Amino acid sequence: MSRKVLLIEDEPNITEAIRFLLTREGWQVETHADGADAVQVIVAAQPDLVILDVMLPGKSGMDILRDLRELKSMQALPILMLTARGQSRDREMAENAGVSRFMTKPFSNTEVLTAVRDLHAQATRL
Amino acid sequence: MATLNVLILVCLGYVVLLFGVAFAADRLAAAGRGRWLRSPLIYTLSLSIYCTAWTFYGAVGNAARSGLEFVTIYLGPTLVMVGWWWGLRKLVRVGRSQRVTSIADLISSRYGKSNTLAICVTILAVVGGTPYIALQLQSITLSFSIFAEADPTGLYREGSSVFWVATGLALFAILFGTRNLDANERHHGVVTAIALEAVVKLVALLAVGIFVVWTIAGGIEQMMDRIDSSPIGQWNIDASRWTTFTFLSAAAFICLPRMFQVMVVENDDESHLRTAAWAFPLYLLLMSLFVVPIAVVGLDLMPAGANPDLFVLTVPLSQGNDWLAMLSFIGGFSSATSMVIVTAMALSTMVSNHVVMPIWLSAQEGSASVSGDVRTIVLMARRVSIAAIMALGYFYYRMSGGGAALASIGLVAFAGISQILPALVGGLFWRGATRTGALVGLSIGFGLWIYTLLLPGMGGGLIPVSVIENGPFGWGFLRPQALFGIEGIDPMVHSVMWSLSLNTIGFCVASLLSFPSPLERLQGAQFVNVFDHSVAPQGWTGSVAQSEDLMIMTQRILGTVPAQEFFQAEAERQNGRPGRLPEPTPGFLQRLERELSGSVGAATAHAMIGQIVGGSSVSVEDLLAVADESAQLLEYSSQLEEKSAELTRTARKLREANTKLTQVSAQKDDFLSQVSHELRTPMTSIRAFSEIMRDADDLSADDQIRYAAIIHDEALRLTRVLDDLLDLSVLESGQVSLNVGDGSLKSVLDRAVSSALAGGDGSLIVRRVRPSERIQLHTDLDRLGQVFINLISNAQKYCDALEPVLTISTHDVGGQVVIDFVDNGSGIPPEAQSMVFEKFARVGSDKAGGAGLGLAICREIMQRLGGDITYLPGQGGAGFRLSLPLAYRQAAQ
Amino acid sequence: MTAPDQDERRRPSLFLERQSYRRRRLMDAARLLPLLGAAMIALPLLWPDESGGAGAVPMSAAIVYIFACWGILILISLLFGFAARRLSAREKDEPEAGKWQR
Repeated sequence: MSRKVLLIEDEPNITEAIRFLLTREGWQVETHADGADAVQVIVAAQPDLVILDVMLPGKSGMDILRDLRELKSMQALPILMLTARGQSRDREMAENAGVSRFMTKPFSNTEVLTAVRDLHAQATRL
Repeated sequence: MATLNVLILVCLGYVVLLFGVAFAADRLAAAGRGRWLRSPLIYTLSLSIYCTAWTFYGAVGNAARSGLEFVTIYLGPTLVMVGWWWGLRKLVRVGRSQRVTSIADLISSRYGKSNTLAICVTILAVVGGTPYIALQLQSITLSFSIFAEADPTGLYREGSSVFWVATGLALFAILFGTRNLDANERHHGVVTAIALEAVVKLVALLAVGIFVVWTIAGGIEQMMDRIDSSPIGQWNIDASRWTTFTFLSAAAFICLPRMFQVMVVENDDESHLRTAAWAFPLYLLLMSLFVVPIAVVGLDLMPAGANPDLFVLTVPLSQGNDWLAMLSFIGGFSSATSMVIVTAMALSTMVSNHVVMPIWLSAQEGSASVSGDVRTIVLMARRVSIAAIMALGYFYYRMSGGGAALASIGLVAFAGISQILPALVGGLFWRGATRTGALVGLSIGFGLWIYTLLLPGMGGGLIPVSVIENGPFGWGFLRPQALFGIEGIDPMVHSVMWSLSLNTIGFCVASLLSFPSPLERLQGAQFVNVFDHSVAPQGWTGSVAQSEDLMIMTQRILGTVPAQEFFQAEAERQNGRPGRLPEPTPGFLQRLERELSGSVGAATAHAMIGQIVGGSSVSVEDLLAVADESAQLLEYSSQLEEKSAELTRTARKLREANTKLTQVSAQKDDFLSQVSHELRTPMTSIRAFSEIMRDADDLSADDQIRYAAIIHDEALRLTRVLDDLLDLSVLESGQVSLNVGDGSLKSVLDRAVSSALAGGDGSLIVRRVRPSERIQLHTDLDRLGQVFINLISNAQKYCDALEPVLTISTHDVGGQVVIDFVDNGSGIPPEAQSMVFEKFARVGSDKAGGAGLGLAICREIMQRLGGDITYLPGQGGAGFRLSLPLAYRQAAQ
Repeated sequence: MTAPDQDERRRPSLFLERQSYRRRRLMDAARLLPLLGAAMIALPLLWPDESGGAGAVPMSAAIVYIFACWGILILISLLFGFAARRLSAREKDEPEAGKWQR
C-alpha cells in the first residue's frame, strides 16, 4: 500500500529537498505551491499526511489549517507544519488550531523523517 | 469725399488694432506683467459697454424727439454707482466669494444651486439679448449705408455686410472670450480691447459735440439760445416715463448679463468699485453732455425727413467734415462691437453652464468621473454657443428687416432683463427669499413682459390685432396694453409697472408661503451675511467620497497641473503631508466645489460632486446655524464650528498618529520574525541539501552537481539579504559616505534600465522622454542608479498589466529634478500606500521573493542625496516620484 | 439689515470710540447719497411744463440743472471714495478688519 504525502510549500528548493527525502522513504509525494486553493487541493488529493508551510502566497498556512479542521473528514488528518518565523506565538496559534506537529526551519533531515514516521504511525494505529 | 472703400479699410484696420491690443494684453497678463491691466481705470472703462450703439446714435435721436428724456438712461446707472456701498459692493463680494460665472449662476447659487432657475434666467437673457444684438448689427449697417449713399461707386450690399460683421464679432468673442475655462480668471484681452473702445467712442462723441457747439453754433451762449428756440426748447417731460426709465435703467444696469460680466465676473479687486463709483458717472456725464446740442443743430440743419438717430454722422458729413464723420462712425462701431462681444461671452457662459452641461451630465448618468474630457466639452460648448447666439442675432435682424420695430428694442430688452431684479435683490438682502418665490416671480414677470410688451411691440403677426384691441377671447380686462382696464398709460410704463410689481408680489408671497431646503437656507445666509462670514458653512459630508475619483474628475475639468496643485495644497492644509490625497472632509469638498464652479457653474459643480460623493447632506451644526435667524447665534455658532472643526482636526491627527504608531510597533515586532524568515528560508535549503549530500551515498553525479548548485544559490541569496540589511542600517545610521560625481541623468537611466531589464523576463516595456533627461547631475550616481534599478525591477515584478509598461518622465520644477516612474498595473491599494516605504513592507504575498527592503533603501538613499521619494496617488497604476536638487550640496553633513 | 444688538455684543462699551463713530456716520452718508440723487433727479417733475403756458422752464435751464446735480453727485462720490480708502487703509492693521461696515 502506497503512502501519500501532500506538501504545501512555495520555496521550490525546500520542496525539492523534502521530496527527495520522503521519496527515498517510500512515500508518494505530491506538491502544491499556492495557498489560495490549498484546502480544495488537499480535500481532493486525500493524502495520508500533509506538510504545510506557514507563509504562503494567497492564504496563510494558519488559515488553511483552521479551514481544514472545520471539515469533518479532515479532522483526523495528520498535519506537520513548518515555519521560518520561529516565534512562540506562532506555535501556540498552530496548536490551538489543531496542528499535529510544529517544526521550525531550518530542520535536520532526520527530524523531519522522524516526525513523518511518528505521525503516520499514530494515524494508522488509531 | 470719403469713399466707402476707405471706410472699410479704416474699419478693418481698427478691428486689426483691437485684435492686436487684445492679444498683447493676454500675453502681458500671461507673463504676469502689466499691472495696469488690472487698474481701476480699465475696470471703469470696461463698464462703458453699458453705452451701446443704441445709446451712441439713439440718444441724439431720442433727444430730437423727446428732449431730455434720454438722460434717464444714464441717470439710473449713475444712482446705482453712487450707491455702490449698498448694493454693488455686496454683489461683487458675493460674486467673487462664490466664484460666480454669470447672473444666472448667481441666482441659481443663491437659491440652493437650482438649475431650473438658472435655465429660466438664461432663457430670459437670451430672449432679451438677441434683439439687442440685432439692434447693434442694424446700427452698424445703418451707419454704413449713410456713407454708401454718399459714395457714387456704390458696391455696397447691406445683407453681406451684416453677415461679415456678425462673423467677425463671433470670431473675436471666441478667440479672446473662451481662452481659459475658469470664468473667474479675467479675460484681460477682451477687457482691455473694450476699454480702448470706450475711449474711442467717448472721444468721437466729444469731438462731434465740440464741433457742433464751437464751430457750427459759435460758442456756449449761442448754443443755449439755439436750444431754447428749437422745437425741444422747453421742459416737457412725461413724469411716469421719466421715473420709470430712470428706475428701469438702474435695474438693467445691474441685471444685464454683459454688465454682470464686466462688473462682477471680470472684477479683479473690490476696491476698484471705489474709483468706478465716481469715474463711471463722470464717463456717462461726458457721453451725454453734447447730446442735446447735436440734436438741436441736427434738427436745424438737416432736411425734415432725416433720421435723427444718425445726426451724429450726418451733421459732420453735411458740413463736409468727412474725417470727423469717420471718427464718429468708428465711435458707433466701437459701441456696437464691444457690446456684442461681451454679451456673446456672457450668454455663452450661461448657455454652456446651465443648459449644455446639465444635459451632458445627465446623459452621462452617474459617471462624471469616468468618461471624456470635460474641459474640451465645456470650451466647445461655449464656442458653439457664441456662434449660435450671433447667428440668432443675425437671423433676428434679417427676419425683422431692421427698421422701426428694432428702434424701441433697447428699452424692451431693459424691461425684460429687469425681471431678475426682485429675485436678485431679495436674494442678497432677505434671508427668507426662497427658490419657489424666485421661480414664481420670474415666471410672472417674464410672462407679463412677453405678453404686454414684447409681442405687441413686434407688431402684427405674432399676436392678432383683435387680441390687442379687445383682449383674448374678448375679455377686455386682459388687453395686453391695458391690463385690468387701466388705460391711457404709456405702453412701456404700463408693462414695466405691471410686470415688475406683480413679479415682486409673486416673489414675496411665494417666498413667505414656501419652505426653503437646508441648502437654500445655507446659501441664503452666506449671501445675505457675506460680510460676516468669510468662512462658509458647509454642505457636504464626505464620508463616502472617494478622493481618487474626485482627483480624476478635477483633473479633467481644471487640467492636470492645477488639479494636482490644488489637491497638494489641500493635503498639506489637512495634515501637513503632501503626496497623499486629502481626506474628503466637508471643508475640502466645499472648496473643491467652488473651484470647479468657477469653470462649469455652481449647479453643475454641485451635481458633479454629488454624483461622486453620493448625495449631499447637511450636518446638524449647519442646521443649527440656520435654525436661529439671529445674527448673534450665527456668529457664535460659527465660532463654535471653527473650534469644533479644529478639535476634529486635532482628533484626526491624533488618530492618524496612533494608527501609525500601532502599525510601526507591530512592524517592529514583526521585524525580528521577518529577518528570521528571510534568513531561515535559504538556510533551510542549505542545511537540507548539505545533509542529503552527506548522508546519501547513492547520489548520481548529476544530482550532486545540482544540489551543490542549489546550496550555492541559496548561500548567495542569504548574502543578498544580509547585504540589504547592512546597507539599510548603514544608511539609517547616517554613516554612509557618498561618492559624489558628475554625470547626465540620461546615462544613469540608460545604465539602470539595461541592468534592471537584463534580469527580467523581458515583458516590461520602458517608455522614456529622452530629451527632458538631458540634465547634468552632481550627486552620487551609483546610489541614484541603485534607486532607479530598484524601481524598474519593482515594476517588473509587481506590475500586473497584461502588457506591462513603465513610463519614466522627467520635469524641472523650481530648481528640482522630478522623475516620475508610473506603471500601468493596478497600483498599490490606498490602505497600503503609507506603508510602502517601511522595512519589509510588501504588498500582498511575497511571491516575487524580495525581502521588502528595496523601497526602504530607496527612501534612505534619496534622503541622503538631499531629495525624496514619494508615492504618487491617482495615476492609474503604481507611481513613484523622485525629487532631487539640481545641484547637490552636502549641507546636512 | 443687521440686528442692532449685534454691535453691543461685539463691543461691550456703550460709546464707540471717536474713530469708529466717524466711520459709521460716513457709511450713513454713503447710503444716503443715492437717495439724495434720486430726490434731485425727481425734482424737475414738479416744474410746470408746456401745458402750463408761460411758466414753462426753458431747456437750457433744465440742462444746466440736470448736469449740475450730476456733477455734485460725482463730486461727493469722489470725496467719499477717498475717505473710504483712507479708513480702510488704516483698518487693515486692526484685527477686526472687514467688520467695520456696520
